[in-house]
Amino acid sequence: MFGDIPFIAAGILIVIGIVTIVTRHNLIKMVMGLAVVEAGVNLMLVATGYRDGGVAPIFTNAPSTDMVLPTVQAMTLTNIVIGIATTALLLSFVMIIYRKYGSADVRDMRRLKG
Amino acid sequence: MNMSNLVRTGAGLLMPFVLVFGFYIVIHGHLTPGGGFQGGAVIATAFVLLIVAHSRETIRERISLGFLKNTETLGLMLFIVTALIALAAGIAFFGNWLVNTGSLFGTPVAFGINPGDLNTGGVIPIMNIAVGLEVLGAMSVIILAMLSVVRGDA
Amino acid sequence: MIWEFWSANAPALLLAIPMLGAFATPLIGRMGKTPRNLWILLITALTFVTSAVLAVEVYTTGPVIYTFGAAASSAALVSDSGGIPVRIIFNVDAMSAFMALFASFVGMVAAVFSFPSGKMESGRDGYFALLLLLLVGILGMVCTGDLFNFFVFLEINSLAGAALVAYRIDKGVAVEAALKYAFLSTLAGLLVLYAVALLYGQYDSLNIAVIAERMQFGFLDKVALALLLTGLAMKAGAVPMHFWTPDTYSMAPSAITAFLVVASQASLYGVFRVAFTLYGLTLNYVTIGWFIIILGVLSMFVGVSMAIPQKDVKRLMAYHAVSQTGYMLLGVGVGLAVLGDPVMLESFGLTAMEGGIFHIVNHAMYKGLLFLTAGAIFYQTGTRNLNKLGGLGHSMKWTMLFFVIGALAIAGIPPFNGFASKLMIYESVFAFNPLLSIIAMVVSILTLASFVKVFHAIFMGPRQERYAEVKEVPVPMLAAMGILALLTVLMGIFPQQIVDLVISPAAGALVDQGSYIASVMGGL
Repeated sequence: MFGDIPFIAAGILIVIGIVTIVTRHNLIKMVMGLAVVEAGVNLMLVATGYRDGGVAPIFTNAPSTDMVLPTVQAMTLTNIVIGIATTALLLSFVMIIYRKYGSADVRDMRRLKG
Repeated sequence: MNMSNLVRTGAGLLMPFVLVFGFYIVIHGHLTPGGGFQGGAVIATAFVLLIVAHSRETIRERISLGFLKNTETLGLMLFIVTALIALAAGIAFFGNWLVNTGSLFGTPVAFGINPGDLNTGGVIPIMNIAVGLEVLGAMSVIILAMLSVVRGDA
Repeated sequence: MIWEFWSANAPALLLAIPMLGAFATPLIGRMGKTPRNLWILLITALTFVTSAVLAVEVYTTGPVIYTFGAAASSAALVSDSGGIPVRIIFNVDAMSAFMALFASFVGMVAAVFSFPSGKMESGRDGYFALLLLLLVGILGMVCTGDLFNFFVFLEINSLAGAALVAYRIDKGVAVEAALKYAFLSTLAGLLVLYAVALLYGQYDSLNIAVIAERMQFGFLDKVALALLLTGLAMKAGAVPMHFWTPDTYSMAPSAITAFLVVASQASLYGVFRVAFTLYGLTLNYVTIGWFIIILGVLSMFVGVSMAIPQKDVKRLMAYHAVSQTGYMLLGVGVGLAVLGDPVMLESFGLTAMEGGIFHIVNHAMYKGLLFLTAGAIFYQTGTRNLNKLGGLGHSMKWTMLFFVIGALAIAGIPPFNGFASKLMIYESVFAFNPLLSIIAMVVSILTLASFVKVFHAIFMGPRQERYAEVKEVPVPMLAAMGILALLTVLMGIFPQQIVDLVISPAAGALVDQGSYIASVMGGL
């Protein structure tokens, strides 16, 4: 039961993020929602590699006990890097839109229609 | 917009420590938690610290955008060239052609618990340094670009 | 010597060359416009040659394995790894090689078309660097045999694509389209990553071949399948997740639009790879097959009916792109639905799949051509509005000819390539379910009607006052359109040869899950 808590938390984070994206009208808040979804996926990844009582997977520090899985940690780091790039790109887009339209509200973004 | 004298002096005092810490994370990436991206991000925060303490205009005068872009390109080229040399050395792309050769970063890793030797890892430290350079350049460019949009003086 | 080196390392060079090109572009760009353009041409041409070398290798000797970072690139399994591949492995079979071949070709054409920049010289180095990175993303997606690596290349593809869509800011409208695209792509990428985490947690491996071999198809696998299919279909622009396509395709620079079509098809490749290779016979193939068929039919119908009332020529073409994606889904979906029945698979399933796969490359050719002609018209007149255009047939004769070729091909008129692949789909789908075949034909007729209208609006009528200055576009643009037009015609005249040579091995590779697994696990 205790071991399931990270997975439940990851699920809750993802749901919170998606609800934020769907219900908010401010573009910055929508980007924040996306970042929360990403945090949820990252937590899910790290939680898969956790084992009770494991130590950090550093080769020269390794006692002969259990280590946590380094692969998922590497995957999480990669996703964090990708996430920074995406968030930076999305926020730059939002800034340009705010400058051109004078608004960051998604309801004013209806110039492309049909 | 200039901060008070106190903030500017404080930033100046902190600056070397942040830089040293950032480069430490980059160079020790193959021994301790951290690596190129993390260290580069720390160094970029030092850049942000400067921008916060002084104005963006002062920073733009002292550090040119071209220098930052060059740093970024240098990091990327170092990365891809290191990966390509492996092909010339007759092993697969991204292969570790320096490990256990005894030359730069070529000492074999000792078994058992030890504090770690900086001179190990083969191409991994080189790639960390390349990524560190790339990230510090790219992050600083992104920050400057975003600020220029905010001020409306692109 | 050089040939052996080239063919032995082709999968790595396929990524290394455009990556090196992209990273060095800012440096070369300082020397001026002409050296930069020559550099881009060299890099894209070298990439195309490498993919051709790889394709020859794959089609003559079977799947090629490339293990990154290993002492010997062909060894997928390390002796002390316990029979599990531990590194990132590229597993290039006939389907991958085929996708890589035409993706790098369209990339080259898009780069050539972009050389005449008009007034937009600022930031052009970044434009070409991103174009090359988009190429890296597509090539990586189609070649990789590793699920997490697939996700990384998917993100490179999305980021580079979104930045390119926003290149022409255009009073913020292009940025709005790019924001939509980037948002959806990121969400789709996160769905894929979640599915990868689920599969990794179950099977302790990221390699597609290993997971396919151990696949149990339990509850979590079903969740992962749903997430993968949703995410990739979102990126591929199939109904009901198609709403980003018209915005993105109409606002991006035209060369980029032509290339984004290929980027979407890389996601479509992902759908096929997941359904056929990752899950294969373990999944409920009749249900999933029908799911893909229904997606396809909906895409065909919604796409074409939304296209007819459009006023913006690129927006209209974008809806047609959604509609054509439906044909590919229909063809391959029929193949999936009969995957478990050897008799039906032999009699029409494989033909349907070949039709669907052939349609992928045909669509990349003629739709790319159509978007490029729209770009040429925009380059000279500055508008995409059908009500404002008219009478251009007098001044832009070559563009008109290329437009006619593209329009007839998309409507499935012989002897162009669209006819060849659509005929294969009609015939084989008719044997599966006559109703589906009739729907496909009706959609084709509607497509023809729509393009007759566009042709009339743009090129026919008297010469107009405000376009008196308009003349033919520069030579690189004409060359890019000409080579696509030539291929559209050639592939229509010799369809049987191309299907036998390239397409049927690709369809065979998709169906043959066993040899995909064996190519990695064969060392055991």
